[in-house]
Amino acid sequence: MSPASLSQKNRITGGLVDRDQPLGFRFDGQHYTGFAGDTLASALLANNVRLVGRSFKYHRPRGILTAGSEEPNALVTIGDGAYQDPNSRATTAQLFDGMTAKSQTKMGLLSFDLMAVNDLLSPLLGAGFYYKTFMWPAAFWEKIYEPIIRKAAGLGSLSGLADPDQYDKGYLHCDLLVIGSGPSGLMAALVAAKSGLQVILADEDFCLGGRLNAERQEIDGMESAAFAALCLAQLAAMDNVRILSKTTVFGAFDHGCYGALERVNEHDANGAIRQIFWHIRSQRCVLAAGATERPIAFSNNDRPGVMLAGAVRTYVNRFGVAPGKRVAIFTNNDDGWATAQDLHAAGVEITAIIDSRTDIAKTPPTGVPTVLGGQIVNTTGRLGLRSVTLNNGAHIPADCLAISGGWSPTVHLTCHQRGRPVWNDAIAGFVPGENLPDGMIVTGAANGVMTLASCLQSGLKAGQQAARDLDRKPAVIKAPRAADESFAIQPFWHVKGSDKKAFVDFQNDVGVKDIKQSHREGFRSVEHLKRYTTLGMATDQGKIANIPGLAILADISGKTIAETGTTIFRPPYTPVPIAAFAGRSRGKDFRPTRLTPSHKWASATGAVFVETGAWLRAQWYPQTGESEWRQSVDREVLATRASVGICDVTTLGKIDIQGRDAAAFLNHVYANGFAKLPVGKTRYGLMLREDGMVMDDGTTARLGETHYIMTTTTANAVGVFRHLEFCRQCLWPELDVQLISVTEQYAQYAVAGPNSRRLLEKLIDSGEDISNEAFPFMACGEISICSGVKARLFRISFSGELAFEIAVPSRYGDAMIRALMAAGEEFGATPYGTEALGVMRIEKGHVAGNELNGQTTARQMGLGRMVSQSKDSIGLVLSRRPELVRDDDYELIGLKPVNSDQPLIAGSHFIAIGASPVAKNDEGWVTSIAYSPHLKSAIGLGYIRRGNNRHGDIVRAVNLLGGQDIKVELCSPHFIDPEGTRLHG
Amino acid sequence: MIINHPHLGPRDASEFSILGDASLINRPDWQAGDADDAFYSYLYLRDNPAGLHRELWFHEQGDRSWLVVTRDTVTHAIIDVALASDIAKAATSKMSKVNAGKKTAAKKTAAKKTAAKKTVAKKTATKRDVT
Repeated sequence: MSPASLSQKNRITGGLVDRDQPLGFRFDGQHYTGFAGDTLASALLANNVRLVGRSFKYHRPRGILTAGSEEPNALVTIGDGAYQDPNSRATTAQLFDGMTAKSQTKMGLLSFDLMAVNDLLSPLLGAGFYYKTFMWPAAFWEKIYEPIIRKAAGLGSLSGLADPDQYDKGYLHCDLLVIGSGPSGLMAALVAAKSGLQVILADEDFCLGGRLNAERQEIDGMESAAFAALCLAQLAAMDNVRILSKTTVFGAFDHGCYGALERVNEHDANGAIRQIFWHIRSQRCVLAAGATERPIAFSNNDRPGVMLAGAVRTYVNRFGVAPGKRVAIFTNNDDGWATAQDLHAAGVEITAIIDSRTDIAKTPPTGVPTVLGGQIVNTTGRLGLRSVTLNNGAHIPADCLAISGGWSPTVHLTCHQRGRPVWNDAIAGFVPGENLPDGMIVTGAANGVMTLASCLQSGLKAGQQAARDLDRKPAVIKAPRAADESFAIQPFWHVKGSDKKAFVDFQNDVGVKDIKQSHREGFRSVEHLKRYTTLGMATDQGKIANIPGLAILADISGKTIAETGTTIFRPPYTPVPIAAFAGRSRGKDFRPTRLTPSHKWASATGAVFVETGAWLRAQWYPQTGESEWRQSVDREVLATRASVGICDVTTLGKIDIQGRDAAAFLNHVYANGFAKLPVGKTRYGLMLREDGMVMDDGTTARLGETHYIMTTTTANAVGVFRHLEFCRQCLWPELDVQLISVTEQYAQYAVAGPNSRRLLEKLIDSGEDISNEAFPFMACGEISICSGVKARLFRISFSGELAFEIAVPSRYGDAMIRALMAAGEEFGATPYGTEALGVMRIEKGHVAGNELNGQTTARQMGLGRMVSQSKDSIGLVLSRRPELVRDDDYELIGLKPVNSDQPLIAGSHFIAIGASPVAKNDEGWVTSIAYSPHLKSAIGLGYIRRGNNRHGDIVRAVNLLGGQDIKVELCSPHFIDPEGTRLHG
Repeated sequence: MIINHPHLGPRDASEFSILGDASLINRPDWQAGDADDAFYSYLYLRDNPAGLHRELWFHEQGDRSWLVVTRDTVTHAIIDVALASDIAKAATSKMSKVNAGKKTAAKKTAAKKTAAKKTVAKKTATKRDVT
C-alpha cells in the first residue's frame, strides 16, 4: 500500500480512483491527501473528516449527506482571494492537487461554532420566526435585525473582488441531446448515434456512467463500471457524437433550447477558460437524469455520519472509501439492502439493518443483525454520529448511518415548460406528467423505471423513438444482459413521535415540527408551506427535501400525496454563476465600442473622450497649459465663433430614404410639412410619437427628386430607424419608399464659424460654388472635393454660426479631418468636442436630449406651430389632447444667475421667491446648463409654467441635492444672435 | 424562441425586437369624427391574453422585416408568422372599403353611429380573419 493510501484512514480497495496519482489538498488549513478521481467529499471521507460544515439556521454540525449535486450540507468555499468560490458542493467538486477548501456558516472554529447557541434557541426559531419577530419597530429592520441576521445566517461569502477567471459562451446544435450518462442515457445515445443522428451526451459528473460507476452490478458479464467505459469508448469513436462531461444541463427552454454549464477547468489561474455557458439547440432530447434518493425524518437525523444509502454505495464502490467503520442501515425499501451487500463485500462492518417494513423476505449478509418494523427515534454524537436509538429501546453503535427513504425520479427538466409531475404509487415518487418540453422523451429512472435491465431497455427505446421522430431508421441493438433487481418500497417518511430536530430540508434547517406548525397556522397548500417554512428554497432547491416534505404535509392533513400535489421546479437545476452567463461580455467588452472616423487623429491630438451610447466622442481637446476642462471648452467656443471650429458629427443617425413616395412618407413621420421641400434644400424636422410627445428631431435633406437623407440624434438613431420601418411596413405599406441606415457609411464633420466657407472653399474642386448666393442657408447637395472625392455638403448649423456639415464616405473620414485641419491652419481652425458643441447650442437655444426627454411636447419647446394640422402625421391627433394644450403649460425659457459669478446646476427646480422648496411650489426645472464665455456667465435652458410670458422674471433655482438655492433671471432661450444674422452670413 | 421568418427560415428570437400587439397595424383615420377616442383606444387599450396573441416583431439584426407572429403567450408556441406589410396591405384595402361606406353614411347623423359600430365589428372580423 502506498504511503498516500496509508494516511487515508478510510480508504479501502477498489473504485475508479488512481492510487498512483496522489493529490494534496487543504481543508480548514489542515493538509490531507486524496487521489485523482476523488471528489473533495470522497477525499475528506477517506481521511475520516466527517464534520464539514454548520447548518444555515441552527448552526448544527453537519457532514456529507450525498454523493452528488443534490448535496444540502457539504457546502464549502473553494479557493482563495479573488478565486474563492463559495457554496461549492464538496460532493461534486473534482479534487485537484493544491485545492484549498474552507467550511462555511460558522463563527469561530468549525468544531466550536459560537452561533451554535441558535440550536438551543431552536424552539423560538421555528417557521415564520422572522415574519413574527422582526415586525416592530419598523426602523429596526434595516439597521439592526437585517445586518445581524445576514451575518448569522448566510452561506459562504464572495471575495468582493473582481472575478479573475475567464468564462465563455457557445452555441451547439444537434438532433438529439441526451441528458445523463447512466444506463438509460448511454443506451439512448448509442442507438441514436448508430441511427445516424447528431448526438450530444451531457453529464454533470467528471466521470461518466452515472449509477453504473456507483453500483456493483453485472452487465453482459462485466462489471457495470467497465460496461459504462466500453459504451463511452464506442460513443467517443463516432464522429456524430459529442460528449460533454462536467456539463450540467440546467434548464429546458423554449423551442428545443437547453442551457448547459460546462465546468471546463476549475483551477487553472493561467487564463484557461473556467466555464462555458452553452446554448444547445436540439430537435429531440432524451432526459435520462436518473433519480435522487431521499432521507427519512427522525430526531437528530442530521449528525455528521448520517448519509443516504446510495451515497454510501457510491463512496464504497466508486471511490474506494468506507464512509464509516461501523455502519447501520435504515431503509423502507429493498434498495437499502443493496448497500448492506456492497458494504459487506467491501469488508465494512454493518451493525444493523433496520427496515421499517415488517413483511419482507430479504436475506441479510452473514452475521448482520436485522430489525424488521424497526424505526430510529434518536441518535447520539454531537460532532459525529456515535449510535442510533430504536423504537424498541435498543442502542446500536454506528459512526455512519445509511438511510434510504426511496428514490425520486429527477423530473426537474420536465417541469421547465409548465409540466406537472404525477404521483406513482408503485415507486412512491413523482414521475413526469404531460406538457413535457417540446421534443423531450424521458427514460430510465427519471421516468420511474427503477431496475437496471429495464433502464437499459428503456434507454434503447427512447433513442430509437428519437430516430423515428426525425425520420431515421432506428438502429437495432440487442439489449445488454442484466438483472432486474428488486426495488419494493413501502412509503415511510418520518418517525412519528420523533419530531424534535427531525430535519427534512437540511440546507434550510426545516424540520417535521415546522411543517406541522405551518399546517397548524393555516399554510396548508404546498406553495404556502414552501414559502412559510422555506422548505426547498435553498440553493439545492429541495432536491432531497421536497417530496418528504409534502408527504409529511399530506400525512398531517390526512390527504394523499397525489391530492397534496407538488411545487414546480424551475431553472436552473443547479446554481449557475452569473459570470458564466456574462461570458466575455464584461467591462469594456460588455458591448462593442463604436469609434468615429476621426478617432485616430483625435487620440493623437490628446482629445478627452466621452461615451455617448456605444460611441466614443471627443469631449474636448486640451492644449498645453490648460489644466481645467473649462479652459479648453471656453477656448473652443470662442475660437469657433471668432473664426472656425471643426467637430466630428458622424455619430448622428443617418437614414437614406428613397422612392417615389419618399416625400409623402416624410410628411407622415414628421409633424411639420415636407411635401414641398425642394431638391437641394434641407429642413429641420420634428418627429412625434403617436402619443403626441416629441420623439426626436433632426434635419432631412432632399438630394434628388426621390432621394432624401435624414439625420437623427445620436441617442435615438436605432429607435428612429425601427420606428420608420414600422411606419413604412405596417402603417403605409402602399407607399413606394425604401430606407437604409447609412450612419456608419459616412463620416460627417461640422465646420462652423465665420471663416467656415473660406476654409471649405480651399478644399472644393474647381467649378463648385458655395457662395451665399449659390449655396444659401439650408442648402444641400453633392459636391466634388479634394480632386474628385464625392462629398455631400449641407449648410446647416447647430452652433448658430455660418456653418456647414460635410459628409464623405467613411473610408475618407480620417483623411478628411486632416485635410480640414490643414486647410484651416491659416484661420486658426480649432477642433471642438461635445462640450463646446453643447455650450454653443445652449447659447443658441437649440433643444437637445435634455429637452427632448420623451415627456415634452413641441408646444413646450416653442415649436408648437411646426405641427401641421392639415396632414396626417404620427402623433398629430393625440398632441391635441387637453392636457397637452394647457394654457399654463411648461414652456422653454433661458435663464442666467442674477449674480453672474454663480454656477447653475442642471435639474434644479424653479421656486418662487419666498416660497418653500416643496413639490407643490415647484414651477418647473432646469434642463441644460453651460458657461457661456461670451456672456461671461452661466446660462441655462429649462421649462417653467407659462414661460413665454415670464422673460425678465426673477425666480429661484433650487437644488436640494446639490445644496444650491440661487436667484435666476428668466429670459429668451436665444442668448446669442437671436435674429440669426450669423447663420445667413 | 425560434421565429420562422417567411423569407429567412428559422431565426433565433434574439435577432428580433418586439413591439407588442399587432393591432397597432390598424391605425385609425385621423379625420374621423371620433379620432380622439379612436387614437386613444388604438394606443392605450390593448389585449393582453394568456393564450394566442398576434404580435409585431422586428428583425432588427436581420433583414429589418416587421413580422406578425402569432404566439401562445402561455406556452410560447408560435402558430404563424407573416410579413406585417402583407397583413397591413390586406387591412388597408379592407379599411378603405369600410371608410368609403362610412363617408356616405356620415351624411346622416343617425346613420353615423351605426356605421361606427360596423367599423368596430369589421375590424374585429379582420383581426380574426388574419389569425
